[in-house]
Amino acid sequence: MKSGHWRDWIDEQSGRLFIAPAVAVVLAFSIFPLGVSALLSVSRFSLQAGGVDLAFIGALNYRRLLLGSQQYHFLGTQGELPVWGGPVLALVVALFGAGFVRSMRGLPDARRWTAGSAGALGCLLAATLLAPLGPFQARAAALIEAADVPWFAWLGGVALSLVALALLLQRLAPGRIGIAGWCGRLLAATFTMVLAMLVIATGGRGGQPGSMLTTLFYVVGGTALQFALGLGLAMLCAQNIRGRDFFRLSFFLPLMVTPVGVAYTFRMLADMSVGPLAPLARWFGMGALTWAQDAWSARWVVLLSDAWQWTPFMFIVLLAAVEGQSREQVEAAQLDGASSWRVFRDITWPGIAPTAAALVLIRLIEGFKIVDLPNVLTNGGPGIATESMTLHAFIDWRTLNLGGSAAVAYMLLFVATVSTVSFFQFVVRPARGPR
Amino acid sequence: MTSTLSRSLWALAAATLSQQAAAQAKPFEGVTLNVMTFTGPQIAEPLQRRGKEFEAATGAKVNVITVPFSDLYQKLLTDWASGTNSIDAALFAPQWMPDYVTPGYLEDLSPRVAKDGKLKEDDIAPFFRDFSQKYSGKTYMVTLDGDFQMAYYRSDILQKLGKQPPQTWDDYLDIAKAAHGKDFGDGKPVAGSCIAKKRGAQSYWMITSVAGAFLQAKGTREGAFFDPATMKPLVNNDAFARALEIYKETTKYGPPNEINLDVGDTRNLFITGQCALTVDWGDIGPLAIDAKTSKVIDKVGALMLPGSRQVLDRASGKLVECNAQRCPHAVNGVNRAPFAAFGGWSGGINAKAKPKSKDAAYALISYLSQPEQSNVDVTIGATGFNPYRVSQFKDLTQWKKAGMSEKAAKDYLGAIQESLNSPNMVLDLRIPFNQRYQQVALDTALARYLAGEIDTKATMKTIEEAWNEITAEVGKAKQQAAYRASIGAQ
Repeated sequence: MKSGHWRDWIDEQSGRLFIAPAVAVVLAFSIFPLGVSALLSVSRFSLQAGGVDLAFIGALNYRRLLLGSQQYHFLGTQGELPVWGGPVLALVVALFGAGFVRSMRGLPDARRWTAGSAGALGCLLAATLLAPLGPFQARAAALIEAADVPWFAWLGGVALSLVALALLLQRLAPGRIGIAGWCGRLLAATFTMVLAMLVIATGGRGGQPGSMLTTLFYVVGGTALQFALGLGLAMLCAQNIRGRDFFRLSFFLPLMVTPVGVAYTFRMLADMSVGPLAPLARWFGMGALTWAQDAWSARWVVLLSDAWQWTPFMFIVLLAAVEGQSREQVEAAQLDGASSWRVFRDITWPGIAPTAAALVLIRLIEGFKIVDLPNVLTNGGPGIATESMTLHAFIDWRTLNLGGSAAVAYMLLFVATVSTVSFFQFVVRPARGPR
Repeated sequence: MTSTLSRSLWALAAATLSQQAAAQAKPFEGVTLNVMTFTGPQIAEPLQRRGKEFEAATGAKVNVITVPFSDLYQKLLTDWASGTNSIDAALFAPQWMPDYVTPGYLEDLSPRVAKDGKLKEDDIAPFFRDFSQKYSGKTYMVTLDGDFQMAYYRSDILQKLGKQPPQTWDDYLDIAKAAHGKDFGDGKPVAGSCIAKKRGAQSYWMITSVAGAFLQAKGTREGAFFDPATMKPLVNNDAFARALEIYKETTKYGPPNEINLDVGDTRNLFITGQCALTVDWGDIGPLAIDAKTSKVIDKVGALMLPGSRQVLDRASGKLVECNAQRCPHAVNGVNRAPFAAFGGWSGGINAKAKPKSKDAAYALISYLSQPEQSNVDVTIGATGFNPYRVSQFKDLTQWKKAGMSEKAAKDYLGAIQESLNSPNMVLDLRIPFNQRYQQVALDTALARYLAGEIDTKATMKTIEEAWNEITAEVGKAKQQAAYRASIGAQ
């Protein structure tokens, strides 16, 4: 009797039992390090006789990055407010307002507009309070000072008010979007507005973006460039041209090279005094071109070398997607006299859009980890101009500042998660079409 | 232990006399040594080459493990701190000793050195014997390389310009300006001055080389990084401002993309005849006579780092003119402060290694440093080893054998000796977390300064704040005691 009971229990639990080893492995190799690094990021690590000493220092490492001595490094240095600052911020707010309005289709217009603008303005307010740099920084700081509550209370307050706003929006616009959906949208909007303020704050004269914005430049700019080039090459190689296989192979080759190899190759290529392209550059009168001394040209060199390596990945997957679409449709359209742009827009693009969206998502996640290229090409210089967040963490780690390094890594985790989840929700899912 | 040691020494002696005798002895048969150093070719080259000889003589197997220089401190410390202990010994910077000795990772070599006759410790120049090998009175490392920075000039260019070798940094700038962009007969314009300014490389040593003469005048014990009396960083005053300005001005007369060049790049430029002046460790001397690569054979002069006629008044933070009282070591009114940057590659042994491995590791390090090997290695540019033994300055035969003219040898060795004998040598920062002070805080601020992100004032303020932050975090009293001990302040 008893053994039968036992057997039933085993049967009931079999699913969990089978999955247990996998869970254990994930816990050991993924969750455990994550936990340890979280602990490190709130501690000071030092080597002592006979072991290590971990002293709890609270959020000091994070505060240094966001508000303290490392702010210039992580967020950047605030310069004069540029003229394009106001319009850009207004555009971002309007964009999110319009987005909110769109996601409430089927409701009366007046309600949609009220809810949409309430959402966008709420996010703007939250972003103002959260952005340590930016056009409203002084006023926000005065407000924070006057209220005299600890910083974590502000963080909690902002989070709670976002949830409250989400509840309100859900009541105003009862529909397909739930509380979680609204919270996610509001978080994404707030984060984007904080970013916009950072761009405005550091983009003016005398301003300097920190490692976070530099990373986003590599990720967003790089992925866009790689996608455009990859798609172009894929469209060309899908044609029936002579030497097609040769082009396919040679376009694919850079992917096989290790990033450090790419970086050293590019360092040689980009050397304008002794590199192989130097005579050419001199001939064009650019012999004294010193890309490494200018912040933006150095960043572009990093971005281009990254593009050189990763365009083939885009190319090969997009080529497969382009070739996978049905020939009949294309041929029928061509017979009807459709221009090739029309064919691309109405047949090819909808066919490859889901693949393209997933592909960009993969590259976005990958792109956040960029470290070898700036490290080898410029060591993060000139100044800190080409330093990515991973390199920032690596440099801290190298000198055993494990706490500071872990804090940067956690900020990277946060930025990467919010960005990729937002991309997934706002781009990949719509691209897949309604289910 | 003693018997093993003497046996090993006997074996080494035998090895040099006869290959056969050594083949019979082999005291370390079966011992495998893992020795870590940085990705060469410098330092790793002699270690590998001499390691082979050592293997043949003693039977020990020497595995040389190399990592990039910027990772060396961390990799080694992690291996020893985590208890992995896969590395038995390492060649690294004596500057890092505080972080290695305090937790007890480095073996105290004092008894071994005392009994080691072949090492000829007395022959090692006092500066290295007292500062590079020892920490709080005990010997933890054996010097293999003599390191401090000097200035080099192209004697032919100076002659054509009708200029004298630079005595002060103003002279240096003057020559750099006059030579920059001119063609001195080989069809290519030279750069006036080549200094390694790449971020995350050697630039933080270069700035100290410039600043030293402005900051320190009363001898090593005065200190050039902190005021030993108050632990106030000496980075936010008129002297440091002047050094920053000079440093930045040299960029105007530098090769293109100088801020992306490390010392390997500037060395190459100098010995291929593309620079009129440079600041470097001793390596240029032997590299310049390497017929395979050098285009400046017998055209190179060396001298102690340039100095200054004005020095820092610590009370007011202003620059004041030198006088007998302020600059007791000045010559012709010029205060000079050679900088013992880095301190010279030295060998240390893991305190947790097996006893037999420690014996073998010590025998290997001693073998590398013994005059018979070292006197040859310091004359080879590729080794990265620079002279550090008294005999290496006195005896010119090895240098002439390596291809140096008598005049060049005397000039080069004279500059080294003059620096070594200077009572106003600036000691490199040797307190816990010195990496964070220099390689992170100073280096980053300097890179931002050169890139034009921040001005002189902001740079100084940034460095001062960052240094104070680290000091406060680690404990001011502790750091002050360590700093005072390192420079021998009373």
